[in-house]
Amino acid sequence: MKIAILGMGAVGRGLLEMADQKDLGLVVTGIADSKSALMDKDGIHIDEVLEAKRVHGFCGDKSLSAVDIVNHADYDVLVEVTPTNATTGEPALTFIRSALERGKHVVTSNKGPIARKYSLLQSLAEKHGVSIRFEATVCGAIPVMHTLTQGLAGNRVLAVFGVLNGTSNYILTRMEAEGLTYEQALLEAREMGYAEADPTYDVKGIDAAIKLVILSNTIWGLDTVLEDVEITGIDCLTTDALRLADDQNCTIRLIAQSIPSRGVLRVSPRILPKAHPLVVEGTLNAVTIETDMAGEITMIGKGAGSVETASAIIGDLMFIRDHYAGCH
Amino acid sequence: MKLEMKDAPGQLVAALQPISDVGGNIIAVIHQRDEKAEDDKLEVQIVLEIQDDRLNELIGRIKGKGVNVVRIGKRRLLYTQTVIMIGHIMHTDLGDTVDRIDCTGFAEVTDMNMVMPAINEPSSALIVIRAVDRNEMEQTMEILRTVAKEKDLLIIEPLEEFV
Ligand SMILES: NC(=O)c1ccc[n+]([C@@H]2O[C@H](COP(=O)([O-])OP(=O)(O)OC[C@H]3O[C@@H](n4cnc5c(N)ncnc54)[C@H](OP(=O)(O)O)[C@@H]3O)[C@@H](O)[C@H]2O)c1
Repeated sequence: MKIAILGMGAVGRGLLEMADQKDLGLVVTGIADSKSALMDKDGIHIDEVLEAKRVHGFCGDKSLSAVDIVNHADYDVLVEVTPTNATTGEPALTFIRSALERGKHVVTSNKGPIARKYSLLQSLAEKHGVSIRFEATVCGAIPVMHTLTQGLAGNRVLAVFGVLNGTSNYILTRMEAEGLTYEQALLEAREMGYAEADPTYDVKGIDAAIKLVILSNTIWGLDTVLEDVEITGIDCLTTDALRLADDQNCTIRLIAQSIPSRGVLRVSPRILPKAHPLVVEGTLNAVTIETDMAGEITMIGKGAGSVETASAIIGDLMFIRDHYAGCH
Repeated sequence: MKLEMKDAPGQLVAALQPISDVGGNIIAVIHQRDEKAEDDKLEVQIVLEIQDDRLNELIGRIKGKGVNVVRIGKRRLLYTQTVIMIGHIMHTDLGDTVDRIDCTGFAEVTDMNMVMPAINEPSSALIVIRAVDRNEMEQTMEILRTVAKEKDLLIIEPLEEFV
């Protein structure tokens, strides 16, 4: 199966490394970063590109760009792993639309385009007889989308809720375990590489809300947007609050929750008994799906990371390979 | 509830029987020799726990024993929920915050544990609210959310157990 990859950050490199190390039958025919691109219909030597990127900071020919790859490279699936733009979804949205219009499948870890334009992209894919898959956008390595669309097929999903942001979960875990203040825990998360220089998206609950929008729209075919979510972050939490919860054998976690029948679509810090399945430690993610037949299903796993996210992307690629003719 | 019955042997037992019949739980029985009560009448106050929807049945059964139900006191609040509040809780009139819940008649703040750090730092409080039932608790939370918005307080609610 021929794939073209846009983005050579943590996720793009993780995917390239796995495609190189494992016998997955993936041939990479196009790669782009923000400054350059390269394509070869017979397959690019992955180790050489990774080395070039490491040494020079860019991967290929500076006269080429992502747009050239999308429109001219020879591939079956476009893997879109450029940075998330939560407001417009661009430029990824345009890359994805162009690929779908060329009749190419798309796999992405980019939340922006899916949270903004899911129904449009879905109908575009249907029109061209291809699929768009985005397992990696929610809960990192946890196969939540596969579970929902394949494993739980035929169930009516009543509610979905979970810990969808690893950074804020890490901060809360540290405030709880060590009695750190919010500021101290955030600083520590930065030092550990778990928080961005600008942690706004994570600690204000926006990242979790974007993921909640993606889950809700895919599960129930809704057209919700980020602005529909009632959001409260963790940045105002006090160590005292965690201690008060602790006295009750409880703790506080940032929970994203969608229950359409009750009009609930919100991200907020909540009190949970310590033994609750959603009380996970560190940067882990956890998600509970409540359905009519299967009852409650909770999955816990790594919510981010280079190879962990690549795992979700590869799962999508293998699904496409197995379900569409001509993708071998 | 306050009951009025004949001051005769066996009357009290007869009056109490219906409570266990409808699955109620007697917490206390208080005799009152009220001055104003007629000589052959006895007034008894009973504190009990009973499911809301069985109260009318109970009253009917008690009356059936020839006992007069004088007054039904405040209904007991059986549904408990704990929330944590963060912000300038004292300076935004804590008394008023509590009143807004207590004045509903179906819910009240029954316990509070407040931690106050240095001046100007936000304080944190754990508040236990009791309400008649789940529905009334949801209404109470709605009131609390409104109050919190007005006073710029952060309310941390528990994650409900079922949908
Ligand atoms: N990291 C995770 O654990 C994780 C988990 C789940 C989802 N995601 C999502 O996956 C995506 C990638 O994440 P990441 O951590 O790999 O990000 P990253 O490290 O910031 O890498 C982004 C890559 O995209 C490239 N890029 C930026 N603009 C581009 C453009 N216009 N055309 C082509 N390439 C462009 C960058 O090029 P340069 O190298 O030239 O700067 C870089 O290689 C994001 O949308 C993120 O939200 C990440």
